[in-house]
Amino acid sequence: MVHLASVPSDKAAKAPLVKGIENLGLQPNDGEDEMTASVYGSRFAAECLPMHDMPEREMPKEIASRMIRDELSLDGNPMLNLASFVTTYMEDEVEKLMAEALPKNFIDYEEYPQTADIQNRCVSMIARMFNAPTHNENESSMGTSTVGSSEAIMLGTLAMKKRWQNKRKAAGKDYSKPNIVMNSAVQVCWEKAARYFEVEERYVYCTEDRYVIDPEEAVNLVDENTIGICAIIGTTYTGEYEDVKAINDLLVEKKIDCPIHVDAASGGFVVPFVVPELPWDFRLEKVISINVSGHKYGLVYPGVGWVVWRSPEYLPKELVFNINYLGADQASFTLNFSKGASQVIGQYYQMIRLGKHGYRSIMMNLTRTADYLAANLEHLGFIIISERGGKGLPLVAFRLNPKDNHHYDEFAIAHHLRERGWVVPAYTMAPHSEGLKLMRVVVREDFSRARCDSLIADFKLSLKALKEMDANAVTQHAKHVKKHNTASGKSKHNHTHYKNEKHSLQGKTGKTHAVC
Amino acid sequence: MSLARHVDPDEIIKTLHNHPSKAHRHHMSTKTATSTFTPYSSRYASQQEIAKFKIPQQGAPADAVHQMLKDELDLDGRPNLNLASFVGTYMEREAEKLMIENLSKNMSDADEYPAMMAMHARCVSIIAQLWGAKKGETAVGSATTGSSEAIHLGGLAMKRRWQEKRDREGKDKSKPNIIMGSNAQVALEKFARYFEVEARILDVSEKSLYRLDPELVKQNIDENTIGVFVIMGSTYTGHYEPVAEISNILDEFEAQTGNDIPIHVDAASGGFIAPFTHAHAGGPKWNFELPRVKSINTSGHKFGLVYAGVGWIIWRDEAFLPKHLIFELHYLGGTEESYTLNFSRPGAQIIAQYYMLIHLGFEGFRAIMENCMANARLLSKSLEATGWYTCVSDIHRPKGQHVLKDPKELQSPPNRGDETSADYNAGLPVVAFRLSDEFKKTYSHVKQESISTLLRAKQYIIPNYPLPPKCEKTEILRVVVRESMSLDLLDRLITDIIAITEQLMNTDTMDLAVFQPGAATVEKQHQSKGHDHMNKHKAERPMSKGVHRTVC
Repeated sequence: MVHLASVPSDKAAKAPLVKGIENLGLQPNDGEDEMTASVYGSRFAAECLPMHDMPEREMPKEIASRMIRDELSLDGNPMLNLASFVTTYMEDEVEKLMAEALPKNFIDYEEYPQTADIQNRCVSMIARMFNAPTHNENESSMGTSTVGSSEAIMLGTLAMKKRWQNKRKAAGKDYSKPNIVMNSAVQVCWEKAARYFEVEERYVYCTEDRYVIDPEEAVNLVDENTIGICAIIGTTYTGEYEDVKAINDLLVEKKIDCPIHVDAASGGFVVPFVVPELPWDFRLEKVISINVSGHKYGLVYPGVGWVVWRSPEYLPKELVFNINYLGADQASFTLNFSKGASQVIGQYYQMIRLGKHGYRSIMMNLTRTADYLAANLEHLGFIIISERGGKGLPLVAFRLNPKDNHHYDEFAIAHHLRERGWVVPAYTMAPHSEGLKLMRVVVREDFSRARCDSLIADFKLSLKALKEMDANAVTQHAKHVKKHNTASGKSKHNHTHYKNEKHSLQGKTGKTHAVC
Repeated sequence: MSLARHVDPDEIIKTLHNHPSKAHRHHMSTKTATSTFTPYSSRYASQQEIAKFKIPQQGAPADAVHQMLKDELDLDGRPNLNLASFVGTYMEREAEKLMIENLSKNMSDADEYPAMMAMHARCVSIIAQLWGAKKGETAVGSATTGSSEAIHLGGLAMKRRWQEKRDREGKDKSKPNIIMGSNAQVALEKFARYFEVEARILDVSEKSLYRLDPELVKQNIDENTIGVFVIMGSTYTGHYEPVAEISNILDEFEAQTGNDIPIHVDAASGGFIAPFTHAHAGGPKWNFELPRVKSINTSGHKFGLVYAGVGWIIWRDEAFLPKHLIFELHYLGGTEESYTLNFSRPGAQIIAQYYMLIHLGFEGFRAIMENCMANARLLSKSLEATGWYTCVSDIHRPKGQHVLKDPKELQSPPNRGDETSADYNAGLPVVAFRLSDEFKKTYSHVKQESISTLLRAKQYIIPNYPLPPKCEKTEILRVVVRESMSLDLLDRLITDIIAITEQLMNTDTMDLAVFQPGAATVEKQHQSKGHDHMNKHKAERPMSKGVHRTVC
């Protein structure tokens, strides 16, 4: 997400980085000849970059782009970021295609009909991958591209809410108190969707040894005001697949009319290739919509997600706005309007370039690497919480064995690895099991076996170093790293007004939101 | 004439095509399509179609797929000749390079990309200053994917604040409503629909210059009004809506009833124009200088001069953004607050926005915007000089004059060489024009629509669509003059419009009937199947006729 940034006051904006040098009298560089001066010989290299106010005069383009590039070199190395699911590698050919498509506005169907066609093809491929009922003439599945799974989830929630409202209105019943049932380990955008669209959240809480939704409990929470149940294929913490079939079967057995939305943000491009026999998608009759992130295991750079509905029945028509182009009505259901077209083209490229076989090879390799890493970490004394052998996402979630009484915790290890450049996050688990700390390594496409070996080597070194420190030193060290080596620790644009909110699951229970 | 029958192109191709399995037998050498072949010697050049609806079983080599997709995308229009859109289609090579290098960066990963986050904060700060953020207030803001997301966020904050207020007063909060003009972009109406706020869409008229009518605002506000959307730059005609005037009305209303109704300014197009042009917003204030304006949004990808995918929203003070909507996210090294509808999304556009801001500076932006305005004036005047066209937009008329009074004054435009946009009406560099009444009388068989169709054959995209409801009898052709519309291109465009109009004047009705829109491809049939198949879907909405063809 893009974070809220506060605008500093004039005083804060003018304050020097180090106190006491307000009146340092440096000779100004009054070089006039901006066009011929070299980047670092120009006056811009001796001035600070404009931060709070727009400069009055232009800056030569070479200098502006060089200065920005220099600033950006302070960003982390995406390859070593094991916290995120989001793709950081694509082939040169597709990078070129995407670069060429940068000036294209995706929403402009009239101008870029071919790009719109490509989106429709992607929807069709993805719907079929999820076993949408394409054999049935009457149930024509439909879907759309989004900016990411957040938008997809908002759209899914909105459709479920509207459908429920229409049903209640038709029955002449009260429709002011909708609720939605989900696991407390959900990604923060579910909380957002419920909050922003005014739907009460009902959580199935995790326990000490169960981090997925309990089908029985979930179905018991359903009442006449429930707009739907959210099931996650690939929870962000442990990568497990929730038992959608059990929820579906219970609903059928008890004859409850309640739809299921499957949040397959991470798993949607993994399950069909690694465990095709697992029933979680439109093969189950209660599943009415599924979302997936193209920019996770769909192997595209950030900026694309997908949502598919089983049939138009589940997408109330008052939510759909028609856009007319070239004589054909194009139905549109999005929260965003103008956006770049590159990512959709990138998705189509990946799907036809790799084919099922290519995706399968990649996903199987990732599963192998994850198993290899899990086996090694287990040997180093960690408890592995995630599934193995393709029964879950290719990630490894693990924690220290409490029996060993370590004087350091998972967060200390995370900070230690950070010194080597690795971002391996530590989390506090979802509510009702929040005493539990864990670490997570996401195995992405570019995390090869060789890189995995270097990570394991660094793990061994970090553990050794931590063992040699005493408890006090560990705390000191963690503080030090937090202060000097991590990014947001020094971010100044944080907003004190909104600090320590108490309304979200995080505010109430201390659950950390995992990055995805 | 032969009997017409439906021809399915896909079917023909299928029958006449060598079946791929057979083809493989005859062309063993190309079966594997290894990367030593050129894309066109691989089997994808002639023997096998690119997969359209199903993910193929086997993949294909990178260079072949790249070339095939590139060729297919050639069928898309040319971004620079798309005169229908406000969205930027030109960036300097340096900026493009910067964006490509950062394509893989994820804006939601503050932990990993702190330098990018710092640039985001600087952009917010710079834009807030540009819009007159006040001392003593802590402005707060965020980047979004575009103005749609920004409008949803701005509207939601107003709704929540209204709800909190009603809760405090112990009053009913089940019937919120919001005010906007019928010239509003579809996102504003979407907000009302999705977030369950009654949309009070007020008619616009020629008298109100196709903008929100302050008189009607006065009649439609009540205690349940969560806010008023005021548009800085109507997408139809480019007029700025009278923010200050509406603010005064709301002040009066507050004095009478005690209901404090906020204004959200949708400056999607005007947010980067009004601060720079000499004409400003045409006199009265429009931004945070008015205490009633609580939030403003703009599209960085319109006149912020960045490629599609970035918008901005700023609140004048954190007090106007309810805490209840903000989520705090903990990271390895710190916490961030978040209020957005999207999560993971590209960061390249934000870097590009910062590049544009510091590279161009105030003067650079001013020079570009003044150029756009001057070119738009030239186009408007040229069109009116033919006598065939009348402009509905009025940025080319001397300040204070909104309609063409005397055709003679066109003959001697006072081109002193030092004129700026300040000598004229303020507005977006948009030219909305229609056939003049006289022309329609003489050549009643010429349809305005045909001009758009014929220009399309020359690759220009200039849409023809009706004005908002109640004025929908007037159809307009609209040209958005972006920075990439240079004088030379403008020269060509004027020549082409005149040539086409002359051509139409000389053709008879029969020939005109020949101009048809293009055939639908198989994908297009497929895409609208969802609703069309069951029952031709027409959402009930007041704007269902007018707004749908405007792209921004």
